[in-house]
Amino acid sequence: MIGFQNTPDILPAHDVVVTRTSRLSEPRWVRWIVIGISLVFVVVFLAVPLVLVFVKAFEKGIKTYVTAITTPDALAAIKLTLLTAAIAVPLNVLFGISAAWLIAKFDFPGKNVLTTLIDLPFTVSPVISGMVFVLLFGLQGVFGTWLDEHNIKIIFAVPGIVLSTIFVTFPFVARELIPVMQLSGTEEEEAAIVLGASGWRTFFTVTLPNIKWGLMYGIIVCNARAMGEFGAVSVVSGHIRGATNTIPLQAEILYNEYHITAAFSVASLLTFLAVVTLIIKKVDEAKIHHEVSSTHSQPLTGTI
Amino acid sequence: MALVKAIENIFPQSRKRRVLPGFGLSLGFTVFYLSLIVLIPVSTLFLKTFDLTWSQFYGSITSARVLASFRLSFGTAFAAAIVNIIFGVLLAWTLVRYDFPGKRMVDAFVDLPFALPTAVAGITLTTLYAGNGWFGQYFEVLGIKVDYTPLGITVALIFIGLPFVVRTVQPVLEAMELDVEEAAASLGAHRWYIISRIILPTIRPAALTGFALAFARTLGEYGSVVFIAGNMPMKTEISTLLIVTRLEQYDYPGATAIAVTMLVASFILLLVINMLQASINKKASSV
Repeated sequence: MIGFQNTPDILPAHDVVVTRTSRLSEPRWVRWIVIGISLVFVVVFLAVPLVLVFVKAFEKGIKTYVTAITTPDALAAIKLTLLTAAIAVPLNVLFGISAAWLIAKFDFPGKNVLTTLIDLPFTVSPVISGMVFVLLFGLQGVFGTWLDEHNIKIIFAVPGIVLSTIFVTFPFVARELIPVMQLSGTEEEEAAIVLGASGWRTFFTVTLPNIKWGLMYGIIVCNARAMGEFGAVSVVSGHIRGATNTIPLQAEILYNEYHITAAFSVASLLTFLAVVTLIIKKVDEAKIHHEVSSTHSQPLTGTI
Repeated sequence: MALVKAIENIFPQSRKRRVLPGFGLSLGFTVFYLSLIVLIPVSTLFLKTFDLTWSQFYGSITSARVLASFRLSFGTAFAAAIVNIIFGVLLAWTLVRYDFPGKRMVDAFVDLPFALPTAVAGITLTTLYAGNGWFGQYFEVLGIKVDYTPLGITVALIFIGLPFVVRTVQPVLEAMELDVEEAAASLGAHRWYIISRIILPTIRPAALTGFALAFARTLGEYGSVVFIAGNMPMKTEISTLLIVTRLEQYDYPGATAIAVTMLVASFILLLVINMLQASINKKASSV
């Protein structure tokens, strides 16, 4: 081992290629074939579909595009999608912060069970996520008769769409915050409390600055999913034009009616959102890495 | 606030050691919100199955149409996960070990299926692989029909499942220390020997976790599949679509039986994933 003391444990990828002897990497032609196969796979399965959305959306010119996304039905769908995200995302942020604070800062019996249960919506099919609310609030559901008597509509109405969106996007913020909060430890908060700061003040001045990039990451991922959710929303929406159609549902209807250009125009809004989300995510990941390493002097490997 | 006090009294030993405030409040709110949004709705599904007798339940999930949908859903999800474990590991390897122009962009691209709404993926892939589509026209020359066939469903599921394998294998490859490979190489081991005896065994649990995650996720997939599937009963009708069909016919018991079966299958998968994850952690701590 003495001979390798000068080699750091983890080298940046570009250094590795240079410093490694031929025995520590594959022959050049193997490398390029592997890179080639990977790139072809990414282009065929990921890049071409992305390009196709915009090509189809703008196929008949910008004018047709603008007309397609400003029809009353499309505008109603955009409005409903924004409303749904505006309710679902803040609620899940509140939950995410609460759950992360609980799991990262305290030890208590049943913690592992709780963590598993938070992940539950990830393993439930979107269709089943919508269906559970139909079973609860649908006409034949548990509360169906009562709701009908009091003239409250949840299924085939906006509340059902909001509820199923909250369900589907439930774990995202908590999932991002728990590891970030765990890594920043409890020492700084404990110091603030001992020095006499209130709990809320400690949270806003000590904890929040430490987790802000992780929080932002959770919010944008949660938001992208909230605006784009299809399966769950489709089950509870009833597809009433101009009333209970979100953007993905509107794209579906247009596509099924062979209004291909209009369908892709509406879909391009969500695709644009997805691209922006990916860019913010990439920038954010670097910041989180910085956040974690600056608040924590110990090496990260081993603590995970 | 009385509730908060009550919760704190249930966990007395944790109160003693605590300096930070907010345990009762965060526990109370977290459990309340979790119950309201997730636990109560999901348990309704299981309670609903008690409306059915066992023979009704069994008859419902073993009807020819339902069985055909299970075969299709499990079969295509499995085939897609196999493709994803091969190309996912290759892609993760390329991103960690090799350097090439545009690497950062490719890395960002891998998350596209996470960010792109499933319905958008669905109409895009269908347009791409239709007989007159960008890719479909070449398949048609070869006499292969992709859209409205199980092959098309598999293509959609490959798209959906890809990031799971890449994103679970990538960190393990990044954390792998080179000294073992160096030691093996200095002792005269051939490169292929090092790959098959050192590298592949190290990433195997992560690759299998990615495989299971992709399989679990694609099993319940709906949006990206319904457009490309064609949805012909017995032939290209996936289980999630059959649930939607049953719900639209107000056949709640029929929908519930299929949904519970699929949910139990994904719980079993989740258990397998957790066991794999535990074995990764064990490996990591023993190194």
